[in-house]
Amino acid sequence: MSIFVNETTKVVYQGLTGSAGRFYGLRNREYGTQVVAGTNPKRAGENVEGIPVFANVHDAREATGATASCIFVPAPGVESAVMEAAEAGIEFIVVITEGVPAKDEARFYNRLARDFPRTRLLGPNCPGIISPGKCNIGITAGEIATGGGPVGIVSRSGTLTYQALYELTQKGIGQTTCVGIGGDPVPGTNFIDCLEAFQRDPETRAVMMIGEIGGSEEEKAADFIKHEMTKPVVVYIAGVTAPPGRKMGHAGAIISGSSGTAGAKMDALRSAGAHVAINPTEAGNVMATVVAHL
Amino acid sequence: MDLFEYQGKQYFARYGIPVSPGGVAHTVDEAVSAADAAGYPVVIKAQVQVGGRGKAGGIKLASNASEVRHHAGNILGMDIRGHVVERVWVERASDIKAEYYASFTLDRGARKHLAMVSKEGGVDIEHVAATNPDAIIRRHIDPAVGLTHADAVDIIDSAGIDQEARSGAVSILELLYKCYVEGDADLAEINPLILTPDGRVHALDAKVTLDDNASFRHPEWAAFEGTESADPREQMARERGLQYVGLDGSVGIIANGAGLAMSTLDVVNQVGGTPANFLDIGGGASAAVMANALEVVNSDPNVKAIFINIFGGITRGEEVANGIVTALGRVTITSPIVVRLDGTNAVEGRAILKAHESDRLISRPTMVEAAQAAVAFAAQ
Repeated sequence: MSIFVNETTKVVYQGLTGSAGRFYGLRNREYGTQVVAGTNPKRAGENVEGIPVFANVHDAREATGATASCIFVPAPGVESAVMEAAEAGIEFIVVITEGVPAKDEARFYNRLARDFPRTRLLGPNCPGIISPGKCNIGITAGEIATGGGPVGIVSRSGTLTYQALYELTQKGIGQTTCVGIGGDPVPGTNFIDCLEAFQRDPETRAVMMIGEIGGSEEEKAADFIKHEMTKPVVVYIAGVTAPPGRKMGHAGAIISGSSGTAGAKMDALRSAGAHVAINPTEAGNVMATVVAHL
Repeated sequence: MDLFEYQGKQYFARYGIPVSPGGVAHTVDEAVSAADAAGYPVVIKAQVQVGGRGKAGGIKLASNASEVRHHAGNILGMDIRGHVVERVWVERASDIKAEYYASFTLDRGARKHLAMVSKEGGVDIEHVAATNPDAIIRRHIDPAVGLTHADAVDIIDSAGIDQEARSGAVSILELLYKCYVEGDADLAEINPLILTPDGRVHALDAKVTLDDNASFRHPEWAAFEGTESADPREQMARERGLQYVGLDGSVGIIANGAGLAMSTLDVVNQVGGTPANFLDIGGGASAAVMANALEVVNSDPNVKAIFINIFGGITRGEEVANGIVTALGRVTITSPIVVRLDGTNAVEGRAILKAHESDRLISRPTMVEAAQAAVAFAAQ
């Protein structure tokens, strides 16, 4: 099985007619994802290589039964795109766009939580989600993933997500689902959401978690792992040597005061019983050992 | 973007938050004019983005023009913990009856805004948090609802702000929230927020960090650009649109993706080296981007070796390799380079690099091996 998406997930791309939306929308379709529609208020009735374009998500959903949306629209339009998708009844919204203002994402996250509690948001500023062989929504290169499980991956960083997929694939270890939650200050889906789903998913038997400096999400995840998880978790935290007070590319990746350091996160995870690796390669090796003993 | 105090006060003033009358000055003469306009006595404050300026002698009181000349002359050009003072803010001195603290920021864990108010202002709030946490009132504000007037009253009352300051403080808290949300600040902090003997409440300091992602809807921010005291390497990187943070080691780092770049710093440290920088070139690795990145890293005189760490996802290995080779043809690099190329079509990419390898350009298949090679070069 997989979490959040599967082979029946039908996806509408908001921003399919833009260059990134078109490129990745077509790649996702080529991978096997059910890319059923695109939206553009000015280009309703047209199509992108056979994918019908609708004026809005409501029309797209009515016509195609789309249940998920993937957003590529530029940052200034993301908030209204997210609300449009939720109001149209979309249950899973993935926002790939980077550079969304923090005030916007704080507002739309909380509006969804209040008015559309059943809608799950992933992102913004994330690589998306892939269930190898079933569904790929976003910008992950499908070639580096291998289906069949037993490992679920959740990561805050894009390239380290790919790195993790690749390390496991090289070792012949398959993945159930790989979720990139993104490095923004207000992620729609967080570590615990994914850990919870992986814990419930019978096909996932071990979890790889990739965190980074900043915030306290990894510490909260440690608490969850300690009390709620029976499946083994292998962790890597990037930014052990990052200096305090400097943003490392991601808006969320900043050590402020004494909180948010990689050391504190690693300690918390270690004492929660997770296997903590010091670099991505070691994380792959540790996971290979864990999988061999499942 | 972190604002200087004077910019923060200008920003506050846009949203109606009362601040002392004053002006910014780059020279002694300008300081005197600003003081004359504000009215004596005045306070002359060094404009640096570092704490401890009062202790360093960067804040002085002056009761006439000749005192302004004397103090401004001393403060301009002063070095405060590595920051050279290029500007002073000159404002009318305030009599202080009480000092409070007020701020808004995002609590990422709660995914809500966080208001913090304390009647123990004027000192480092982290010190108050550590020694007397009960003196700080913390309230989450739901971003979907906003701060209501009732919330503001409740926060001010809970913090135990003096009755005399109550209505002024409530009004400033509401304006500060407006500045924080509509002004797209990541942090809007007033410390101290003061009560004067004649019963007025206003902001005596301003700490504002703007959310760079929101610059598209704030043309007024252009006035703040270029005044940030930046590392020349960071300035150069910013002009080229690269995510760069200067550090003080000897191994220059170029990686694609923030996470991978952070991870690269870690691995360099783990094998006994010291990174010279964090540099994220983003998703692709075109020749133009790679050439820009190499130029920035190469401009750092401390760099003794360069480690290019690229993971090809959508971008294929051969495109990355061609980008590196083309970039090397465009810029002259003084340090030896180690490349680690992995991911999609890594084998093809490495074959392209192979043809260009020398004692100045080598390729290693894994992050750890490449880091070891780069650190060995840097030690030579």
